[in-house]
Amino acid sequence: MRLNLDERGRFEHATLPHLDAAYNLARWLTRDDHAAEDVVQEAYFRAAKFFAGFRGGDGRTWLLAVVRRAAYDWLAKRRAWAAASFDEAVHDRGDDASNPESLVIRKADQQLLRQALEELSPEFREVTVLRELEGLSYQQIAAVVGVPVGTVMSRLSRARKQLRQRLAPCPGREE
Amino acid sequence: MDCRDVQNLLHPYSDGELDLVRHLQIEHHLAECAACAEHQLGLRRLREALASAPLYHHAPDALRARLAADLRSAPATPSRRGRRRPRALLWATAAGIGLVAAAAVTTGALLSRASTSAETKLVEQVVAGHVRSLQADHLTDVASSDRHTVKPWFRGKLDYSPQVPDLAGEGYPLSGGRLDYLADRPVAALVYHRRLHAINVFTWPAPDADETPVRALARQGFHVCYWQRAGMAYWVISDLNAQELDEFAGLLRQHSAAPPP
Repeated sequence: MRLNLDERGRFEHATLPHLDAAYNLARWLTRDDHAAEDVVQEAYFRAAKFFAGFRGGDGRTWLLAVVRRAAYDWLAKRRAWAAASFDEAVHDRGDDASNPESLVIRKADQQLLRQALEELSPEFREVTVLRELEGLSYQQIAAVVGVPVGTVMSRLSRARKQLRQRLAPCPGREE
Repeated sequence: MDCRDVQNLLHPYSDGELDLVRHLQIEHHLAECAACAEHQLGLRRLREALASAPLYHHAPDALRARLAADLRSAPATPSRRGRRRPRALLWATAAGIGLVAAAAVTTGALLSRASTSAETKLVEQVVAGHVRSLQADHLTDVASSDRHTVKPWFRGKLDYSPQVPDLAGEGYPLSGGRLDYLADRPVAALVYHRRLHAINVFTWPAPDADETPVRALARQGFHVCYWQRAGMAYWVISDLNAQELDEFAGLLRQHSAAPPP
């Protein structure tokens, strides 16, 4: 990391407090422990490199945007290297989600919830993680993802709709 | 505002992203419309479930420690390659002299003890070379995953021809090669990757014919393996975990058994 002592202090101050947020996003996007660590490490390297361009402000949003980019690069690389072998098949879900009675999501077990979230496509997964787990505002999510606020809103709506359908499919209720 | 409008705005409503006027309009509508209220309830339950389930992945302590170590161990001065070079050359020369001296006095194995100053210096050089290659955006001079492109590239640049094994099948694809300067001489640096980790392999003719087993050590958050075989010295460094780097070293050692031409 190409920083002088002064910058290093600023960099640590701006980014290390957000390590959990960085790892959480990387882990949800890659769905893999090792890959998440690699992505975070790579993101910190990149962040250090481009730190001169960081003009203060929301360190978390800035760092998460770098993490997100690194995670997508990892996903693209993995697609290029490994064939289809280790993707959706691993995360195939069973039929246990299709209980029409369970309108109440509170009863859905946590494993099912985790699985449903993992199965969302990355662009739906990331807005959900940033909103529900990280508590970011639409504006902050827009900055991380690099899309307009309106897009964040519609992706979030659709992501939640899909989650509800996966957790408690109820024909004719949600469309 | 009809049910359709309300249901479109339920998400920003639930996220507290609406202006006060529209927020109140929706609140009012929900109090009167059972269908919309049920939608709202479903949404609230989903969000409660997401908030209460242990879905948050916290960063492992090891990662935290490694990042902090990376930051501390990074060269403290921002410098361009050109400015750093002379210091590296100076180091290289000093280490080269030490290396010859060490080789002269040790019998059996080169760099037999971790405490020899020559080895320490060479380790420093290897680490510096690795960090430099990552920092200066100059990982490779010849970027290719094809060993038949990389190997000939060194011709005319070095007075030896390095072995360039193809380890892509084992999950360590080749990314390219470049010239570096270590142990008082230009050396071949081969670059492999494991996921996002770059692995630098420095190799040059060994000063003696001794064969040494793979030795491993860790410096500044990097793992280093080195050995000597078939008249060549090999130094491998990466921020990859020790286990996988050991595996890589084993594969490389196995695949580079043939003596250099």
